[in-house]
Amino acid sequence: MKTQNNKNLPPRVNDCVIKIATVNGTGSASANGLLLKALFRMGIPVVGKNYFPSNIQGLPTWYEVRVTKDGYHSASNDIDIVIAMNVQTYEKDLASVQSGGWLVYDSTWPRSKLLDRNDISVIGIPFSKLCIENFEGIRSRILMKNIAYVGALAALLKIDLDIIKTLLNETFAKKKHLAKSNLEAIMLGYNYVIKNLTNPLPITVKKINKTKDHIIIDGNTAAGLGCVYAGATVGAWYPLTPSTSLMDAYETFCSQFRKNKKDDKNNYCIIQAEDELAAIGMVLGATWNGARAFTPTSGPGISLMSEFIGFAYYSELPAVIFNIQRTGPSTGMPTRTQQCDLLTCAYASHGDTRHPMLFPANPEECFHMTVNAFDLGDELQTPIFVMSDLDIGMNDWMSSDFEWDNKYEPKKGKVLSAEQLEKLENFYRYFDSDGDGIPYRSLPGVHPKGSFFTRGSGHNKYGGYTEEGHEYQEVVDRLKVKWNTARKMVPKPDIKYSKTNKIGVIAFGSSDGATNEAIIKLRKSGLKVNYCRIKSFPFNESIKKFIDKHEKIYVIEQNRDAQMRSLLILDLEVNPSKLFSILHYDGNPIYANLIVRELLDNESIA
Amino acid sequence: MSYISKPKVSHPKSKKNNIGLKRRDYEGVVSTLCAGCGHDSITAALIQAVYELAIEPHRLAKVSGIGCSSKTPAYFVSQSHGFNSVHGRMPSVATGANAANRDLTYIGISGDGDSLSIGMGQFAHVIRRNLDMTYIIENNGVYGLTKGQYSASADIGSKKKKGPANQQKPIDPVSMGIALGSTYVARGFSGDKEQLVPLIKGAISHKGFGLLDIISPCVTFNDNPESTKSYSHVRKSQNEVVDADFVPPAEEILTKYKEGEAMPVSLHDGSKIVFRKVDKNYDPTSRAGAYSYLRESQAKQEIITGLLYIDKEADDMHESSGSSSIPLSEISYEELGPGKKELANIMNRFR
Repeated sequence: MKTQNNKNLPPRVNDCVIKIATVNGTGSASANGLLLKALFRMGIPVVGKNYFPSNIQGLPTWYEVRVTKDGYHSASNDIDIVIAMNVQTYEKDLASVQSGGWLVYDSTWPRSKLLDRNDISVIGIPFSKLCIENFEGIRSRILMKNIAYVGALAALLKIDLDIIKTLLNETFAKKKHLAKSNLEAIMLGYNYVIKNLTNPLPITVKKINKTKDHIIIDGNTAAGLGCVYAGATVGAWYPLTPSTSLMDAYETFCSQFRKNKKDDKNNYCIIQAEDELAAIGMVLGATWNGARAFTPTSGPGISLMSEFIGFAYYSELPAVIFNIQRTGPSTGMPTRTQQCDLLTCAYASHGDTRHPMLFPANPEECFHMTVNAFDLGDELQTPIFVMSDLDIGMNDWMSSDFEWDNKYEPKKGKVLSAEQLEKLENFYRYFDSDGDGIPYRSLPGVHPKGSFFTRGSGHNKYGGYTEEGHEYQEVVDRLKVKWNTARKMVPKPDIKYSKTNKIGVIAFGSSDGATNEAIIKLRKSGLKVNYCRIKSFPFNESIKKFIDKHEKIYVIEQNRDAQMRSLLILDLEVNPSKLFSILHYDGNPIYANLIVRELLDNESIA
Repeated sequence: MSYISKPKVSHPKSKKNNIGLKRRDYEGVVSTLCAGCGHDSITAALIQAVYELAIEPHRLAKVSGIGCSSKTPAYFVSQSHGFNSVHGRMPSVATGANAANRDLTYIGISGDGDSLSIGMGQFAHVIRRNLDMTYIIENNGVYGLTKGQYSASADIGSKKKKGPANQQKPIDPVSMGIALGSTYVARGFSGDKEQLVPLIKGAISHKGFGLLDIISPCVTFNDNPESTKSYSHVRKSQNEVVDADFVPPAEEILTKYKEGEAMPVSLHDGSKIVFRKVDKNYDPTSRAGAYSYLRESQAKQEIITGLLYIDKEADDMHESSGSSSIPLSEISYEELGPGKKELANIMNRFR
């Protein structure tokens, strides 16, 4: 077995990228999960990115494991090792290996010489042959072939076999025979490499201690858990990739933690709606009645929900809407990521409307910002968007353990109790008694004095129907006062600033990981930049100050039209000529080298 | 419409219901609909029904979509909570509201445009969920607010005041309701308050989805003799197949029904609906029977009214989803938040 040629990459420990090409529906997801977890348990920081088709079985799928001792959080575009298990994509996979890297393929069948690359090493392992000889049945042979590559990688990279065994025993605790057969498959791959390997790979892994108090989780699971911790009781949704797993997670956690003490029934109600129009209507019905309610969706769902979102803005009802953004427009690429719905969500619905948005950058922030979103929704009596995306929502992220403060009490905002209503002479729904633009609300069924009529038609400050211009205007002007109150309440940006740096970068959400990594790499190339990570909309004044302090600002985002840049110009009235864009929108997660290259090119630093 | 609002006082000797409220206490603001509109008669029947049922006004939630019909919630029980939502989407609002607080009384007011065209999807699915609510379709065969276009319930050959006769097949909400599994299906006529009040009371007391299709002539656009949704046509073609009386929990069933003709059905709150069979062969607990009878009478161009179908055993949305009997909006955070210790345990699952 030839594993080296004269152009091989220099030796590296705990720093490499492995890309696995398989066919979806063949058990590769569990094999990839096993690989990622094994590395994580060796104490090495990892990143797991899933590139999957909008399909159930038979189409190409890739999983990328980045082993990163430095603890970077983004994808890397430099692939060291490709495990090419899918003949369909072989040519493309071969081309994706960086020069000096390795390609592992199934050598059961002969490989065309036309597919040679002399700048990389090609390793043939007869996975199919090994599995046909050792397992019965087509399905099990296919599944085991995919587990076998984990064994081969364990031998090539020196992954701890005992950790793999422990993981298998945990996964198949209730199905011992499966733990046994999976281990058998792993040993087939492992032993074959050990027996035939002549030159060990210079790229290896080694136990370190950098994953203590950390977990591997995806953003949708974290957000679903956040809904449980925020006290949300009503979830309404229409299944839509890539948001579906958020509701799945909510349901899983609810089934464990949400049994009523008195009647042992559910302290939650999940409604699978007939479409997104109904899902948001259900959320509004529920929040009108005082429950915390949410809906997870993606771009197409937002388009459908827009009419009701405007209704909620104008009639001042809370709602938490998760937009797990995917590649648009239209159906677009449902299983690819983008940050492409900023303008759509910021101003969703007809008429003068605007909505607060939160931008979590990782699963931990998905958890905490979810709780924050429910508080803000109740306090501001308006829909709040949690702007996640497929990269955060569905990929495997290493994260610090989530923390919780038992002193947390949901901030319910200005909701009048029966006692408070009793003392009032008259209750008027849309009075701004406090001058912050936020009126007091009452909940149905609480007290006879709290009755009012919720409507999306023109209304005056008393809550009555109106077609009088000045009465209408008084209410929408107050909504603008509320908007400026929101500006002070939403999360502030993270700003890293040094007077000596002339250039600033702005990023948000899932672009944060790549931006942080790029800033470190740029420093090594002699370019120091300041960084402002935006966490919410409406924008905090400090973002304007950050922009004002720089001659040049680069706004990094994952869409074609520089939507964040437009939003900054619209909301903060900053000088557009100062704002330059670094854009990435092919549907794959943004990576640091792209940002580094564009900045160095633009600043003419070789 | 009435131009002079009535003063909010009533005769000191006027009757009070079980919670000490008078009929006037259940009125709303003055209607802005056209004088003679069928919808206003339905409003009057609604007021009578909720007054007689002695529902606490603030425990009543009125929901609607958009259209003439959907304005109605403003015209009854001012002291209750109203939610005038967007066009055709009232069922979703009612679903969410009920999910959060199952203890309120929900009355949805819709129209033939709101339910059978733009809102057809939500109408169908709220039936499937058997949401515990009363759903009234004020059915006049035309769009009023946009000045007289045919709606999806207009019959073939029916002719509104202006323009050619309708050529498209009608959608009948009652047949749809029975086919989709509505657990209480009735049809009434706005001009027959005596029949309407017990039908509404039955729908409110029924635990599950109570569908009431009420033919309600549009005096401005569709009350000419050639219209099948006109007062004259409905009066001529109406056939009360099953009459129903509503008997509140405490009252004895009156003996005015002859043996073999009366069939009392107990509802969940202890009240009863007594079916009085006008047609001897009719069985209102048989879905198949109700459906075929409906088809036959359609063929004969009869408009059958009354309570056409009831299934009081079906699970409502909460029973199907297993949610607590305590309204979710009233459960304290203490019981909802798993806390710090559990979070630490959860973290261990992700290593």
